[in-house]
Order: sequence, then structure tokens, then C-alpha cells
Amino acid sequence: MAIKHLKTAEFEAAVEAAPLAMVDFWASWCGPCKMLSPTVEALAEQYEGKVLVAKVNVDEEPELARAFGVMSIPTVVFLKNGREFDRKVGLMPAGAFTAVLDSNL
Amino acid sequence: MSYDVLVIGGGPAGLSAALNVRARGRSVLVVSNPLEENPLWRAEKVDNHLGMPDLSGAELLKYFRRHAEEAGAAFLEGKVLNTVRMDETWYVGIGSDMENARALVLAGGVARGKKYPGEEEFLGRGVSYCATCDGMLYRNRPVAVLGFSDTAKKEADFLSGIGCDVTYFDRPRSCTISGGKTVEQVTCDGETVRVDGVFLLRPTMAPTDLFPGLAVDKGYVTVDRKMATNLSGVFAAGDCTGGPLQVSKAVGEGLIAGQSAAAFAAELARKSQ
Repeated sequence: MAIKHLKTAEFEAAVEAAPLAMVDFWASWCGPCKMLSPTVEALAEQYEGKVLVAKVNVDEEPELARAFGVMSIPTVVFLKNGREFDRKVGLMPAGAFTAVLDSNL
Repeated sequence: MSYDVLVIGGGPAGLSAALNVRARGRSVLVVSNPLEENPLWRAEKVDNHLGMPDLSGAELLKYFRRHAEEAGAAFLEGKVLNTVRMDETWYVGIGSDMENARALVLAGGVARGKKYPGEEEFLGRGVSYCATCDGMLYRNRPVAVLGFSDTAKKEADFLSGIGCDVTYFDRPRSCTISGGKTVEQVTCDGETVRVDGVFLLRPTMAPTDLFPGLAVDKGYVTVDRKMATNLSGVFAAGDCTGGPLQVSKAVGEGLIAGQSAAAFAAELARKSQ
């Protein structure tokens, strides 16, 4: 499995080192997050070696959620070398995410 | 649990669809608001439903519901917030829970009321449609709840219970949401409060918010003679497909949608064997 579960301490270094990253902010009590999870896992495999696909649990890492202004979950943030350039809020089909990734690879 | 058909909405169209799914021997779950929140509940008398004159809207609804229950339909009280299809299965988010089915019948009635200024702009940046989903992100912070149903009050109580500082607006007429990067304040009917979050709790979501890509015409869902929408496995019936907004039309469309959804689910089941 290529998916990374990131903690606050390691977050910055991990996303800065990645030319392209996609981070899914989620929580265990969030139904739509559970629905999105298989899609994110499939994308992690599909883009293995090209995109850092990561997950952040907002209950365990509230500082990260606050730093990114996450106010609704799931929120998926896209970053280039650590800088956010796009985000998708709410449950969406895989195509919404691949469109962003493919045009930024 | 997985169902053959999931029906969104427990009014005449949804209940008729559920009954007819059961008549074809398929499993069905109806997700709806409490019966008393259906607009028909308040109709004093319905005089044009054939063979059943002089009944009130509430009586009709109770008869319809009992009929579907006795046929073996399952019921869940809640509000559908989003949907997504993966691998020929529709996943449906209901509050913070999730159910799935092979086919869906959309029978949620008419979504009344336009969006407020700022609502779309701040969606996900302070605007939320689900207290139980996003409430935890607003602990110890000021939020406003714009409630448009009796169940909305319960959701506001949930937010207070987890430590949000809640200002409740009961069925406000006009609201404006404003802020910078995120929500900073909301003004409803002349009263302004500074908040970090605004929870908009309407009885029904607009069909295109529930189903991205759903074809509609002037706000009504586009369907064919089988009540199929442009999305695979999604059928629609009742007021959401257009007028006349009346019981008999909803019941008739629900019958067709239920049968079509049952046939769709049966075909998928046959293929996967």
C-alpha cells in the first residue's frame, strides 16, 4: 500500500520533498470520509512513484487541520513541493481528483 | 448493510416506489425525514386521489407508510447528504453514516428556497450541511444554525452538547453569509452574529447537490418513461421531476421508478453471479 498516514511532526518535510502531493483530511466518525477512502487508496496505487498520496486524521492532528483551515471533511488538498495549489471539499468521484493530478504531473 | 434499492424520500412517491420494489421481491431501504415533516402532512383534505376521498394528507401518509412497512420495506430516519457510485454500487451518505445499494430512487420532493448569498462561496470554508459530520471541527467556537425543520433543532442541540457556542435561527427568511478566507459572520433577518461556522439544515437537498452531473430542466430532474435519469442506476419520481405536484401523480411515478429500479438491481445481481 502506497498510502502515507502523516503526523504533524513529519508533515512539512514529507510534502516539501514531493513534487506533487494529495492529502486527504478525514476522521473516523465521518461517513463521507469512509466513502471516499477506497477511492483515495486506489489513487495511491495508481499514482505510486509519481504522487505522494497521504491521509491526515483531523482528530489526531488538529494543528494540521487548523493550519490548512479544514472546516469540513473530507477535504483533499493538493500541493506542489509543499505549497497548496488546489483543494476539493466533500465526496467526489475519482475523476475529480485524477483531473487535478493529471494536469499537474 | 447492502440493499437492492435505496429510496431517498418517504412521501407518496418514495413509499410507492418502495412498495413496488418489494412486490418484485427485492430489498429496499427508505431514507426520509419524519413523516410529520412532509409538506402533505399539513393538507387538511385531499380530494383528488382516486377512490380515497375526504382523507387528510396526514391520514394518506400514514396509510401509505403502513402499506410499505407491511410489504417489508426498511426505514431509516435521516437526511441524505451525498452520493457516489463505485464498482456498480451507489454509496449514500446519511448524516455521518453510510448505506449502499445497486439502484437508487430519488423521491425527495421539491427543494424549496434559493441558496443564500455566500452559501456556495463558503461551502467547506465554514458553511456546512451536516452538524453531525462537521460539528467536531467547531468545538469551543461560535456557530450559527439556520434551521428549516423540527429535526434541525435536534442537530443544534447536538452542536451545543459537544461544546459549540450556538446561535439558532428558526426558519429565517433572508440570510447573508460573509467573511474573508473563511466565514466570519452571518446576518439573518437583520440580526448579525460573528461566527466561525454556519450550519444550513434544510429538509431537502437540491438534486444537483446530491448528484453531481444529474440532468435537470428548470430545477426539475429530467427522466424518461421508465423514470430513469441520465445517471446509471438512478431513477426519480414525484415532485422532484416536475408538476403537477399532486399525490396521484407521485404515486404513479413511484410505481414505475420502483419497478425500474428493481429490474435494474436484478440485472446487476444476475450479471455478478
